[in-house]
Amino acid sequence: MLTSRPVKKTGYLVITSDRGLAGAYNSSILRHVHKTILERHKSNDEFVIIAIGRVGRDFFVSRNMHVELEVTGVPDQPSFADISSLAKSTVNLYLNELCDELYMYYNHYVSPIQQEVTEKQVLPLADFNTSNATLTSYEFEPNAEEILEVLLPQYAESLIYGALLDGKASEHSARMTAMKSATDNAKELIDSLSLQYNRARQAAITQEITEIVGGAAALE
Amino acid sequence: MKTIKVNVVTPDGPVYDAEVEMVSTKAKSGELGIMAGHVPTVAPLTIGAVRLKNGSNTDYVAVNGGFLEVRPDVVTILAQSAERAETIDLARAQAAKARAEQRLQNNDGSNDAKRANLALKRAINRIQIAEMR
Repeated sequence: MLTSRPVKKTGYLVITSDRGLAGAYNSSILRHVHKTILERHKSNDEFVIIAIGRVGRDFFVSRNMHVELEVTGVPDQPSFADISSLAKSTVNLYLNELCDELYMYYNHYVSPIQQEVTEKQVLPLADFNTSNATLTSYEFEPNAEEILEVLLPQYAESLIYGALLDGKASEHSARMTAMKSATDNAKELIDSLSLQYNRARQAAITQEITEIVGGAAALE
Repeated sequence: MKTIKVNVVTPDGPVYDAEVEMVSTKAKSGELGIMAGHVPTVAPLTIGAVRLKNGSNTDYVAVNGGFLEVRPDVVTILAQSAERAETIDLARAQAAKARAEQRLQNNDGSNDAKRANLALKRAINRIQIAEMR
């Protein structure tokens, strides 16, 4: 899992939400992924999609892109069990050479009003910085290779889980911001409409009084 | 007696965190007991019990695979899932065991059988540990 091999097929794991009303949360990520895929690949056979979230799955299915694995209905506060089977199958895709590299796309939570579309290469695990790491003299039982064999898939799975949590945090804050601005807009609309209504009412009353006064004056 | 800090951690959060005298685990290569002052070690674990001994008191934690990391001052157990004996839902574990056995009987040696076998092992492990409390 550490060495890269010639890339015939690329896996894209895309984390979106199940429902809309979350502002630009889904559209910005899907636009980014779609653009990247069109730039990198000429045919639909060169990549597979792993979709988390209904919006993302529907997006790719409607564009005839091959969605290999999907998970929808992830709870608002996902636990590892909710995602572990998908994470395992995703890592197995790589181990069984059904894809030769794996990228992950999700909205990284920066602050409640800011989320960043993030691309992260998960497999092969390439970005290890061993140059200045302090290597404690560990004893490996039975040996380092066998430990790596168990450790690396688990590491990759936790990377996916971490990204999902990050994505969920972004989703909640994006939805919060979207709902807040919707509330603000509605309040503004209510204010301006009540003002208009009161003016119209006042105008009608004034007119009625004028008519009555005019009528009374004509009788005298 | 000298004690050593033990952490059992899963992706869903810490499960156990205490000072103990001895940790006994079942590593892939066999039983492994750790006391304070052990050499730094890393070892993969199998589905089994982690025994945490402190004086006359022994705690049990069911772990599903994962790793044992021994550092001079702390022992960390990283597992995909882990449960303390007190929190194991015995009825649920028995249901899981029955389900896995059912699945094994209906199967013919494919990938599913392997998974059912693992599930069965996990369920038996949890039942055994729940009975130890």
